[in-house]
Amino acid sequence: MAQHVLLIEDEPNIAEAIRFLLTRDGLRVSHAAEGASALSMLRQDPPDLVILDHMLPGMSGLEILTALRADPSNCNLPVMMLTARGRDREMAEQAGADRFMTKPFSNAEILAEVRAMLGRGSAPG
Amino acid sequence: MPFNLLVLSCVLYAAFLFAVAFVVERRAARGRLGWLRSPVVYTLSLSIYCTAWTFYGAVGYAARSGLEFLTIYFGPTLVFIGWWWLLRKLVRIGRRYHVTSLADLISSRYGKSNMLGVIVTVIAVVAATPYIALQLQSMVLSFGVFASAEPDGSRPLDPDQIAVWVAVGLAFFTILFGTRNLDAREQHHGIVTAIAVEAVVKLVALLAVGSFVVWGIAGGVGDVIARIDAADLSAWQVQPGRWTGLIFLSAAAVICLPRMFQVLVVENEDEGHLARASWAFPLYLMAMSLFIVPIAVVGLDRLPEGSNPDMFVLTLPLAEGQAGLAMLAFLGGFSSATSMVIVEAIALATMISNHVVIPLWLRLRPGAAAEDDLRSVVLNARRLAIAAVLAMGYAYYHVSGGSAALATIGLIAFLGVAQVLPALLGGIFWRGATRTGAVLGLLTGLTVWAYTSYLPSFGPGAVLPQAIFTEGLFGLDWLRPHALFGTQAMDPITHALFWSMALNVLAFCLGSLFTFPGPVERLQGAAFVNVFEGAVGPQRWARGQVDPEALLGMAQRILGEESALSLFQSAARAQGKDGFLPDPTPNFLDQLETRLSGSVGAATAHAMISQLVGRATVTVEDLMAVASESAQILEYSAQLEAREAELTRTAGALREANEKLTQLSLQKDAFLSQISHELRTPMTSIRAFSEILTEGDLAPELVIRYGKIIHDEAKRLTRLLDDLLDLSVLENGSVQLNLGLASLQGMIDTALIAARQTRPDREFLVVRDLPSEAMYLKTDADRLTQVFINLISNARKYCDATRPELRIVVRQRSGRVTVDFIDNGKGIPKESQTLIFEKFARLTDANRAGGAGLGLAICREIMTNLGGSVAYLPGQKGAAFRVTVPLRLERMAA
Repeated sequence: MAQHVLLIEDEPNIAEAIRFLLTRDGLRVSHAAEGASALSMLRQDPPDLVILDHMLPGMSGLEILTALRADPSNCNLPVMMLTARGRDREMAEQAGADRFMTKPFSNAEILAEVRAMLGRGSAPG
Repeated sequence: MPFNLLVLSCVLYAAFLFAVAFVVERRAARGRLGWLRSPVVYTLSLSIYCTAWTFYGAVGYAARSGLEFLTIYFGPTLVFIGWWWLLRKLVRIGRRYHVTSLADLISSRYGKSNMLGVIVTVIAVVAATPYIALQLQSMVLSFGVFASAEPDGSRPLDPDQIAVWVAVGLAFFTILFGTRNLDAREQHHGIVTAIAVEAVVKLVALLAVGSFVVWGIAGGVGDVIARIDAADLSAWQVQPGRWTGLIFLSAAAVICLPRMFQVLVVENEDEGHLARASWAFPLYLMAMSLFIVPIAVVGLDRLPEGSNPDMFVLTLPLAEGQAGLAMLAFLGGFSSATSMVIVEAIALATMISNHVVIPLWLRLRPGAAAEDDLRSVVLNARRLAIAAVLAMGYAYYHVSGGSAALATIGLIAFLGVAQVLPALLGGIFWRGATRTGAVLGLLTGLTVWAYTSYLPSFGPGAVLPQAIFTEGLFGLDWLRPHALFGTQAMDPITHALFWSMALNVLAFCLGSLFTFPGPVERLQGAAFVNVFEGAVGPQRWARGQVDPEALLGMAQRILGEESALSLFQSAARAQGKDGFLPDPTPNFLDQLETRLSGSVGAATAHAMISQLVGRATVTVEDLMAVASESAQILEYSAQLEAREAELTRTAGALREANEKLTQLSLQKDAFLSQISHELRTPMTSIRAFSEILTEGDLAPELVIRYGKIIHDEAKRLTRLLDDLLDLSVLENGSVQLNLGLASLQGMIDTALIAARQTRPDREFLVVRDLPSEAMYLKTDADRLTQVFINLISNARKYCDATRPELRIVVRQRSGRVTVDFIDNGKGIPKESQTLIFEKFARLTDANRAGGAGLGLAICREIMTNLGGSVAYLPGQKGAAFRVTVPLRLERMAA
């Protein structure tokens, strides 16, 4: 069964780009545009990886991360944060983010990171 | 009548008076005065107003000037009839504050100023000297009358010798009874009684002579009236100016003459006696003046041309062979002269010792209050003073040669003491009267009086050179003694009265108005002026560190051992310390000061207790100094407080500014990261999709789709950069406005269509009132539309209602148009309502809407440029913005 990635991103175009890339890489991608729906999706359909945008309307990326890590079943869930700023990176690390991706990123970069985090080798081709 | 017999009768009469005085003193010492303290004695003692001048001189006055002599009785009569107004107050003050003399009253009133005491003493002594000389002269004259009546003339009478003997005799009597003790109230019961006896003698003598003249010489009342009509005296003319002046003068004299003040105020036993005296004394004066005119008329008629009319009272009975009656008349005149001299000498001696000798003694010997036997110093000073006063009287008599008429000398003396009147009346009726005013008034009055009246009385060329009378002082014509400032119309006495009193009052008032009374003075002034209100005098002493033993020692030296001891014992009893010495409480010190001031005067008593109590005393001056210091400190601290408040305000303003700066700085940081985010977001999409596209191998519809996304995001980037540029231009004020007439409705239509791009998926109900929008504005239509778009877009973005709705309300009032945009969402929290217009500002750190947070800031800048405004409209349930814009925007000056 394909590994499941939960993408939390409010910008529809960015979300579409990432979804296209990961789906093409054989992953199952579900998408949430803001915190509340993201958290419910986390419970209903636990992912293998979370890609979390930093600046979100309503709950910020940090708040979602904190809430996520508060659930013991998710404490080892790998989380990649999409961020813009250096200062936020420290705060995200403390909150429990594993990897960071700075916008704008290259497609190859983000694919490599996701594969690494999911413990997959190189792309299946 | 043999001259020796005359002398003998004088001596016997004097011995009788001695006896009276002695007996009364004994009774007084045992506290058994009884009827001697009656109002009758008080009233009779007041008769010392009628001196030898009145007794002999009134007849002479009437013979020379007609009825004018009556003015000398009118003045006192008026004063006594109006006793309730003035005398009652004087007596009350005198009794309450144990006043010992006129000088004491004045000095006490003006802050216990010893200088004033000295000035008043000097005036009193100078004015009294001719008056005493007058008495000596009258006695010499009366002796002379008898001597010349002696048939053989074998014994040439030396007037000077008589004068000397009279003066010495009077000094002896006065010293004996006037300085026997130092009474707390300076009262002399023996002498007062002797004077009352003399008052009876002189009244009886004058009435007897008068009766003899009317019924013995003339043929009864009718005959006398006929003679009066026939005499030159019937041509009497009333001179209103001179009469008013003389009445005023005698009224002033009855208050200010030292001897009158002595019997009127100091010797007063009971305020109630005044009520009786108020009618009894005028009655006495009337009786004294009853036969003056008949005696004068008959005397002028019967006696040879050139007879001295001043002696008619004696010479008429003698000429008629009535030796006994003449003897009685002589004793009457003797009584008048002696009683006046005795009381005057006592009053003056009290002033001299209390205001000159003792202060000098205390100044020269700083420890005197505690060491010396002041009691004997005071008594000896008084004895010497009495002798000196009589010696001066004799000297004046000797120098002036006894030539001047009696009445003139009396008036000069009256005028002298009247100089005290302004300071006295001012002192007890006007709280604003000050020491400086009193000093100036007294000195001015004294100077003018001396120059215009006193010194000229010695005769031209005696003291003042003849040239001064004709050419004025220093050759200045307007300084002639009898024509000051060229006023020649008045007779000398009226002239002197007018100028001395006018300048005196003027100096007193000006001095008082332009100076400020000291603390003690203010307290004393209030106490004197308000003597009928409140029984408490000024509190003068604070609890001192003084040894009661030292106080007792001092008191004993002044009051005598017995009375001092009994004073201290009763004070100790009152303090509950029977058998011990009393504590020097403020009350006790006040009590002691009052008792001492009765003996040595208020200023001296104050000074003596000050010496003993020393620095431990907190004087009123000290308190005032402390108070003014405190006031300064208070003022200073108030200034400090004000400064501190200002500092606090400044600090508050600084803190506010700092907070704002910090906030702005934070906002700027936030803005920069926001800009960064806003730029990165479209670039992320563009980069990702362009990479996907370059990889190829895509379905054609996807190529189209992704190409459009890249295109949209590029436009978004451009828009963001445009916004930033726009804001920058608007803020700099370098924006180019494109003014023209535009339909409001059209602009709103355009804005609504344009705003549909924002969240185009959302259903949004727009409520408008089209007729109200039907107007044309003169403005920059593009810019105003930009604002509308922004506001509508915001509503579309942020309105969180399930069925979002936007109302657009247009109103026009007085040249301005308001356009309100009201949605039905949650609205904006109060604390954020002003913040939203700040550029760089965002409601939350999280970007809810994908804007750069510049929209409202740009709107605000645009509206400022369009001469209007945009503001949040609170209280509309949802978010509401009001755009205000002028109907016709005129181009602003470049």
